[in-house]
Amino acid sequence: METTGERSVALSDTFPKLLLDHLKNRPARPAIREKDFGIWQSWTWGEYAAEARALACGLAAKGFKRGDKLGIIGDNRPRLYWAAAAAQALGGIPVPLYQDAVAEEMVFVIDNAEIRFVVVEDQEQVDKLLEMKERIPRVELIIYDEPRGLGHYDFPFLDSYEEIRGLGKIFDQEHPDFFLKEVTQGSGSDIATILYTSGTTGQPKGVVLTYANLMTTSRNAIESERIQPDEEVLSYLPMAWIGDHMFSYCHAHIAGYCVNCPESAETMLTDLREIGITYFLAPPRVYENLLTSVMIRMEDATWLKRKMFHYFMGVARQAGVAILDRKPVSVMDRLLYAIGGFLVYEPLKNVLGFSRMRLAITGGEAIGPDLFAFFRSLGINIKQLYGATEASAFVTVQPDGEVNAITVGKPVPGVEIKITEAGEVIVRSPGVFHSYYKNPKATQEAKNDQGWLLTGDAGFFDDNGHLRIIDRAKDVGRLNNGCMFAPKFLENKLKFFPYIKEAVTFGNGRDEVAAFINIDITAVGNWAERRNLPYSGYTDLAGKPEVSALIKECVEQVNRDLAADSHLSGSQIKRFLILHKELDADDGELTRTRKVRRRSIVEKYEVLIEALYSGKDHCPIESQVKFEDGRVGMLKADLKIVDVRTFTPEELKKAS
Amino acid sequence: MAESRHLGDIILKIDHISLSFGGIKALVDISFQVRRGEFLAIIGPNGAGKSSMLNVINGVYHPQTGTVTYKGETRHHMPPHRAAELGIGRTFQNIALFKGMTVLDNIKTGRSLKIKPNFLMNAIWFGPARREELEHRRKVEEIIDFLRLEDIRRTPVGMLPYGLQKRVELGRALAAEPDLLLLDEPMAGMNIEEKQAMCRFALDVNDEFGTTVVLIEHDMGVVMDISDRVVVLDYGRKIADGTPDEVRQNPEVIKAYLGVGH
Repeated sequence: METTGERSVALSDTFPKLLLDHLKNRPARPAIREKDFGIWQSWTWGEYAAEARALACGLAAKGFKRGDKLGIIGDNRPRLYWAAAAAQALGGIPVPLYQDAVAEEMVFVIDNAEIRFVVVEDQEQVDKLLEMKERIPRVELIIYDEPRGLGHYDFPFLDSYEEIRGLGKIFDQEHPDFFLKEVTQGSGSDIATILYTSGTTGQPKGVVLTYANLMTTSRNAIESERIQPDEEVLSYLPMAWIGDHMFSYCHAHIAGYCVNCPESAETMLTDLREIGITYFLAPPRVYENLLTSVMIRMEDATWLKRKMFHYFMGVARQAGVAILDRKPVSVMDRLLYAIGGFLVYEPLKNVLGFSRMRLAITGGEAIGPDLFAFFRSLGINIKQLYGATEASAFVTVQPDGEVNAITVGKPVPGVEIKITEAGEVIVRSPGVFHSYYKNPKATQEAKNDQGWLLTGDAGFFDDNGHLRIIDRAKDVGRLNNGCMFAPKFLENKLKFFPYIKEAVTFGNGRDEVAAFINIDITAVGNWAERRNLPYSGYTDLAGKPEVSALIKECVEQVNRDLAADSHLSGSQIKRFLILHKELDADDGELTRTRKVRRRSIVEKYEVLIEALYSGKDHCPIESQVKFEDGRVGMLKADLKIVDVRTFTPEELKKAS
Repeated sequence: MAESRHLGDIILKIDHISLSFGGIKALVDISFQVRRGEFLAIIGPNGAGKSSMLNVINGVYHPQTGTVTYKGETRHHMPPHRAAELGIGRTFQNIALFKGMTVLDNIKTGRSLKIKPNFLMNAIWFGPARREELEHRRKVEEIIDFLRLEDIRRTPVGMLPYGLQKRVELGRALAAEPDLLLLDEPMAGMNIEEKQAMCRFALDVNDEFGTTVVLIEHDMGVVMDISDRVVVLDYGRKIADGTPDEVRQNPEVIKAYLGVGH
């Protein structure tokens, strides 16, 4: 049964066809779960297929046609994944949107993708769409999953998911051949989805990916990482992000594993633990939050527990990674590690929900070496991935046993990578995207005639054949003294301190490097509470002289590290200031995936940058903040500018 | 929103109620009516008699004169547990939850009236008792979902911030599936975001379940946007009764709130 199943799976060239294979071969296996009313509800592959079929027929009855786009907005919900499957079954194209996007961004995407039908999660999204209704005249039908609060809404273009599903069931009875006929019409070269990149610059671009792009890449990754049909995955990242689309949809369809939708964003950690996931994708900040929560709880633990924790974490640091990588370890260390496993590591992994973890992947950003080492020393196989939406996510992954914090690993099967003379990483693979939707100019800029994707990242291969990414190619600059300035490299070094949440560095074409810092309110807040330092909120805490001194120590530590690196010792940070507000995607300072939008920050905080380079010791600032409901407020502060000590290699030697 | 919803018959009729404690007249000759599905606010400065009014409605205080007619049944005297049985739910001005119990258990206590008293069956967890228990749990989970309390389901109430405790208290009142919900200053001491959230939930309760809501508040701004009708008390007397707009224009209300020159 399994073998014939696998054979037919391999033949299918679209996701809806795969779904029909699952219906035939593994109808009773769980496909998707959702925690609702405190209980995990699950649906089998058979039910998944039936739900997709019902909704597809309902959409068809409402006039959804081949090539139409279906907008999808909301948290990760089974019905929203079924909606994607339903659209694809009809030869339509699902376009997931970031649900926390501000109105303008949403209007742009809905308009640009020519979306006619939208499936949303709840009232919040319906209200958002109603508010912008005049600006999105093409939208004909809005379908909502959760009816709460929508009872009094009376619009001809608004229907509940239940209604459409019911309509579909009737339509299906009247046209029993319709669904299968539609599915068989699809082919691998069709467009599977359009994912809008949040874009660090300008308007979002719609990345058009075909079934062949997504399916070939997924199959290669599943094979090389030995992903099994019984994996458990948590679906909690934005549906509009390639990472979630890959893990919760593409890989799930191909491997046939089960996807779990958490109850709400806040319960994610509890849900993670209840499910005991085996395959996990998370950007570094999720691991960071996990580590921070462990550390805070350990600080509050009893003396004995704290001692035990720190002692065995020391043992783990020494031996854990080597044991995980199957390298030789002394008998004594093995013994201590085994005791530590019983007393500390296993209970800790259980609390984190990582007990059954087979493979954890981090990507999207560089991960701090300490953070990385922490999880690996516990015996959790966490690996780095390098990818891009335009390359269907998977470009390189670290092979087992060759994992480290600095590189992003080796190319996944089927991927070719070259480094141009300018130092840019370029990629050719079956996953390289079709085009940017309705934007041939941008497509040409990103993909050359031979099908190479120009990633825009600067990097090189190290001696072991591992790719190492330094920064965005266009961001790498030089100081006036000729030293290389890689802003993201410096920012990541800063961000590896738990007290620093976000950093922006300046230095290209300047005499010295200066930085903006965002403190981490949880970590610094906890630190302040321990010192009986009262504060009222972010702005107040950020303005405390004690906090300045704390951050200054961190920056000096970065300078010490840099001094030891011959390429980068000239780019030590001379001055910094702590920003009065957290950088926020709503204010256009970060992308939706929380990457710094350098250009808009430079424009917005020009005064502050000038102050950093003018020798002043403080600078008043007034800036606008946008609230989630679109209201605008003003925030005033007087920021202190702090000078930091820099080091020469000689000084370092003397000190040691 | 008020236009689209039609109100039903009169669920509660307050008729010439007077209440005094010794020489202090807490309420003087108060009359008003509440219709099924209505969202009514009782406002007034501190000491106006708002909480006394609420306590009269659910039987904690017994007025010296006047009658309360609830669902067509007129009475002078009614113990609070009888009020609860008749479908009157309430929250308190100072939170009255079981601090050491979890959110889930606190809300479940609100179901106690609905639990059929069969000690033996419950103890052996068998047959109808088990079915009943599951049914109660389902109802509690619906409330947790409704009030977005999923992430703190298992947290002891004492560890929660004030705004959330208030929400849990609302949850407990809802667990009894009341027809008439009395909210005693649900927004007192909250920050603006918590107030907005509480307003939203109170409106949703009214909207989704058709529950009649009588809400007490001393802050005029909050209630004007959400109420169908407002009753204003001052020194135990009713000085205004009407739509928020009418009340806002009323000279006596302006006087009571802004005061006159001394």
